[in-house]
Amino acid sequence: MTSFLFAMIIAGTPLLFATLGEMLTEKSGNLNLGVEGMMLIGAVAGFGMGFYTGSGIIAILGAAVAGALGALIYAFLTVSLRANQVVSGLALTIFGTGIASFVGTLFIGQKMPDRVIDSFAKVKIPLLSDLPFIGPILFRHDYFVYIGYIMAICLGIYFYKTRFGLNLIAISENPSAADASGIHVNLYKYIHILFGGALCGMAGAYLSVVDVPQWQDNITAGRGWIAIALVIFVKWNPIMALFGAYLFGGLSIIGFRLQHLSISQNLLDVLPYAVTIIVLILSSIRKSKEDAPPKGLGVPYFREDR
Amino acid sequence: MKDQVFVKMENICKTFGTVKANDHINFEVNKGEIHALLGENGAGKSTLMNMLSGIYKPDSGSIYIHNTPTKIGSPKESIEKGIGMIHQHYKLVEVQTAKENVIMGQKGSFFLHRKKLSKDLKEIIDQFGLTVNPDQKIYDMSIGEKQAVEILKVLYRGADILIMDEPTAVLTPQETKKLFKIMKNMAKEGCAIIIITHKLNEVMEISDKVTVLRKGTTVGTLITKETTPRALTDLMVGKSVNLSIERPLVKRGNRLLKVDKLNAIDQEHVKVLKDISFELYEGEILGVAGVSGSGQKELCEAIAGLYPVHSGEIIYKEESLIGKSPRSIIKKGISMSFIPEDRLGMGLVASMDMVDNYLLKEHHNQKGIMIKRKPIEGICEKMIETLEIKTPGVHHPVKQLSGGNIQKVLIGREIDTNPNVLITAYAVRGLDIGATHTIYDLVNEQKKKNVGVLFIGEDLDVLLELCDRIMVICQGEVTGIVYAERTTREEVGLMMAGERLEGLVMAQ
Amino acid sequence: MRMVKRTDMTSKKAAVIRILSIIFAFLLTSIFIGALGHNPMNVYLSMVEGAFGSAHRIRDTLTITIPLVVTSIGIMIAFKMKFWNIGAEGQIIVGALAASYLALNYNHLPKMVLLPAMFLAGFIGGGLWALIPAFFKVQFGTNETIFTLMMNYVALKWVTYLQYGPWKDPGSLGFPKIANFMDSAIMPKLFGVHIGWVIAIFLVIIIAIMMNYSKAGYEIAVVGESMDTAKYAGMNVKKVILSALFISGGIAGIVGMMQASAVNQTLSTQVAAGYGYTAIITAWLSGLKAVIIIPVSLLFAIMIKGGSFIQTAYQIPQSAAGILQSVILFFVIGSEFFIQYKLVRNSVMEKEVA
Repeated sequence: MTSFLFAMIIAGTPLLFATLGEMLTEKSGNLNLGVEGMMLIGAVAGFGMGFYTGSGIIAILGAAVAGALGALIYAFLTVSLRANQVVSGLALTIFGTGIASFVGTLFIGQKMPDRVIDSFAKVKIPLLSDLPFIGPILFRHDYFVYIGYIMAICLGIYFYKTRFGLNLIAISENPSAADASGIHVNLYKYIHILFGGALCGMAGAYLSVVDVPQWQDNITAGRGWIAIALVIFVKWNPIMALFGAYLFGGLSIIGFRLQHLSISQNLLDVLPYAVTIIVLILSSIRKSKEDAPPKGLGVPYFREDR
Repeated sequence: MKDQVFVKMENICKTFGTVKANDHINFEVNKGEIHALLGENGAGKSTLMNMLSGIYKPDSGSIYIHNTPTKIGSPKESIEKGIGMIHQHYKLVEVQTAKENVIMGQKGSFFLHRKKLSKDLKEIIDQFGLTVNPDQKIYDMSIGEKQAVEILKVLYRGADILIMDEPTAVLTPQETKKLFKIMKNMAKEGCAIIIITHKLNEVMEISDKVTVLRKGTTVGTLITKETTPRALTDLMVGKSVNLSIERPLVKRGNRLLKVDKLNAIDQEHVKVLKDISFELYEGEILGVAGVSGSGQKELCEAIAGLYPVHSGEIIYKEESLIGKSPRSIIKKGISMSFIPEDRLGMGLVASMDMVDNYLLKEHHNQKGIMIKRKPIEGICEKMIETLEIKTPGVHHPVKQLSGGNIQKVLIGREIDTNPNVLITAYAVRGLDIGATHTIYDLVNEQKKKNVGVLFIGEDLDVLLELCDRIMVICQGEVTGIVYAERTTREEVGLMMAGERLEGLVMAQ
Repeated sequence: MRMVKRTDMTSKKAAVIRILSIIFAFLLTSIFIGALGHNPMNVYLSMVEGAFGSAHRIRDTLTITIPLVVTSIGIMIAFKMKFWNIGAEGQIIVGALAASYLALNYNHLPKMVLLPAMFLAGFIGGGLWALIPAFFKVQFGTNETIFTLMMNYVALKWVTYLQYGPWKDPGSLGFPKIANFMDSAIMPKLFGVHIGWVIAIFLVIIIAIMMNYSKAGYEIAVVGESMDTAKYAGMNVKKVILSALFISGGIAGIVGMMQASAVNQTLSTQVAAGYGYTAIITAWLSGLKAVIIIPVSLLFAIMIKGGSFIQTAYQIPQSAAGILQSVILFFVIGSEFFIQYKLVRNSVMEKEVA
């Protein structure tokens, strides 16, 4: 059981990063369906950076920058050129898939240098890792997992306790009110879409650099889409995202764990997707003012329109 | 004296597409002055003020704030210059508290200090006599409270130039009185206040000076005490026109519609219609008066089968309409031309041409699975001629027409179906005087044809002159039904505020 | 500089802007190819050569064009309604699944009976698969974008399960593969290409007429523009959405039937081969106009077929074609801005006013 929960955290970590990334984007009022694409760009950039430099930190940073660059295309199209958000996001996913597959041909069959793998070795956190039950599950991971914890908590504080978070919520709920209050709506959108992209890029890098330190095509396998659904599932709350991401991480590996049962793994593989659908349906049936999606989500905002 | 001039705008021009919204406008406001900006809808008032608040940029002209030439590039710069605008549609974030809305966009420390903020706000609230709880969420507030949040917002930001865009449009007379007191307080404290309005009585009551705009140009600035409503009207309208609207005498016929104890509940479980009962007869115009958001929209939609009815009856001739689909109600000849605020939201499809818009309801009557546009083209061409619709042709997208012409397309189509009941809501919103009279004539013609008209309006004077009877509603309740000829503005105004007047002759 | 909404845009001018944006996309990609050390012109030419260089290649290119055209047509119907159906991939798979069930179990039936039955099964299968998200959309407002996408994965895993489990061909020596179809379940050819091309042209015409001249198409357009208006006009909005999505998914399902029957001649996880996603681009680039879908799909088929050719000729990975496609899409999406707005300098504007 403990080993399953431990693995669940690992499987949930890329989902967590991607979910937080998309959440940042959506909190600025933009729906970016390019998560899968940005993850793939990040995955290949992270692998390449790690492969050539042998540095784990450069690998992560490279992935974050690459993810942000992908997001920049989306931001330019939707914010500056006022393009349709759905189609722009889809285009980004197709682009990212192409780029990752294209660049990835360089790395087919290659393994990540040991130096990089070692820099993501498991680290026991003193005291915490000795806590009964939760210690071995939560506090004996690699740095990346810990960054995930911290990131979720920081975003929670950012959204609900800071001036910028307050402004950001205003933008996603009522951009024209935010604009009239002197908030630079487009700048906020750009910054948060880019940071969101960076997190998605890191999510991809976790897969290619840490989880499976070997290049494989289409390494994300639809996790980006699950992350988009997770944002809805956790009601745009970063702390809830921790639970949501790890829960779905667990679902994605449960098939492997239950192999000894006479259930086909292929059927169990459906679980995360089916649960996402069920969550989508449930969250659309249950409607309340506090849990509702940001009102301005997906709606382009331009000041001079009348 | 010179430092007393807070705002000076010179030769301001602004063009939208081909429309000149502002054409060389001059405007000046002093310290401690309440200055009314008067004009009809579309005269360019909001456009001018949006240039002060940084929403629009002037194409040409200069702006001086506190005697300094100023370029206002964004709302942020506007706020920094001490300008606070209270928009007609409140710019508030519903899921946040009043407090959070106030500090939105403000500079300050990274983390929020909520306790200190509450104390600061309390001071302002007490100083100006506002009624608002800083920790309440906006969605829990009444309209008056939301406005107070808007005022609190600009005061907290240290604005000394306040712009209020039609602040009374959604208020009851009582709330309006309270607002005016607050405005006078603010003027006394040394603010310059600009109030945008098209209501003459408010101009006379509250302002020190008044500037009149007409079709994007300045007609003149006057001292309120030295002018009269009549003179202002002449300035607003241009030439002195006969304001009286015709009310043809038609013998009231059979009962068409009987609404009995109608109740409706919205998605948030709020009762939006409470025991509404009235009757509509052939050959009459029944006006509906009320502050906007009192249930007018829901009432119209309920009759047309578009809004779920909780309980009660709607009987057309002898037949109940409850549970009928919109389509079967249309077939019975209840034609509803409902004009929502954004005008193209419900009655028409903006991107489609006249023919396709005509077909919206008509296509149900065509036989077969294909759509026949040819015969409709002829009908539309005739409509263009009779209603004098200005359009390049029947295949031109309606969204590119002017407001008045869009309105004519909509009403023309509804009338063309020969309805027995016509429901129009805010039929003249945003139209110029000429176009409004065309619309009144069209409605009167229907009345002469024995159609029963339910006329939802916002201008009391128009309701009093055009309608036979007026039903007044307040917060989803009928507060009285009176004969238009035997009532007064004041009586209707009181009923709009929710008072049920004793000893008033109620119309049956 | 500031933005002004255009009022003078003609459809001719708009077309010029769109074509220019495609040219710019090719130019940008040229720089990219140049950086890889190839002459971009040669690469493009050999892509065309790869697509049309021989009768065999032309047949291949057309075989790719067919599913793109048909899937785009299906997607277009949903998109017209602003229902973001990105589940065509799954609808293709389920359509193929339904048709394959007949092909594998009733292969004793004559071709004239079996093929139409498979066609119908494919249509119904894809239609039902699209109907599920549509139902929740109209009933509860469930987000259709993610729903339809998740349905793709569910469909894919379902076929994977069948391929590795119950439907595995016992004669394949343990290789996870579903048995090949008998001849009775394979679509005939006409002029060297399977008759799917006739079906594609037929569908384009039918759907073009439906969208432009029928009540159903008119109602779909109105619902897409404004649901409130549609309700006001007495349309049964739920019925319009559900039936349109059934047709949209059904047409994708036909693609599944054709691919399984004529191209793969069996059911496999590869049956949809990404056409469901590529067709989203082609449908969008066609401006949601049925007739334009044909040339756009052909262009994309050239890129796909040519892309695999340059892989062998220049060692440029096939995914380069995917990048080229998305760059074109980026440019065309971006170009819409210049169709709707123009940038003017403030000073120029003043002169116009004065």
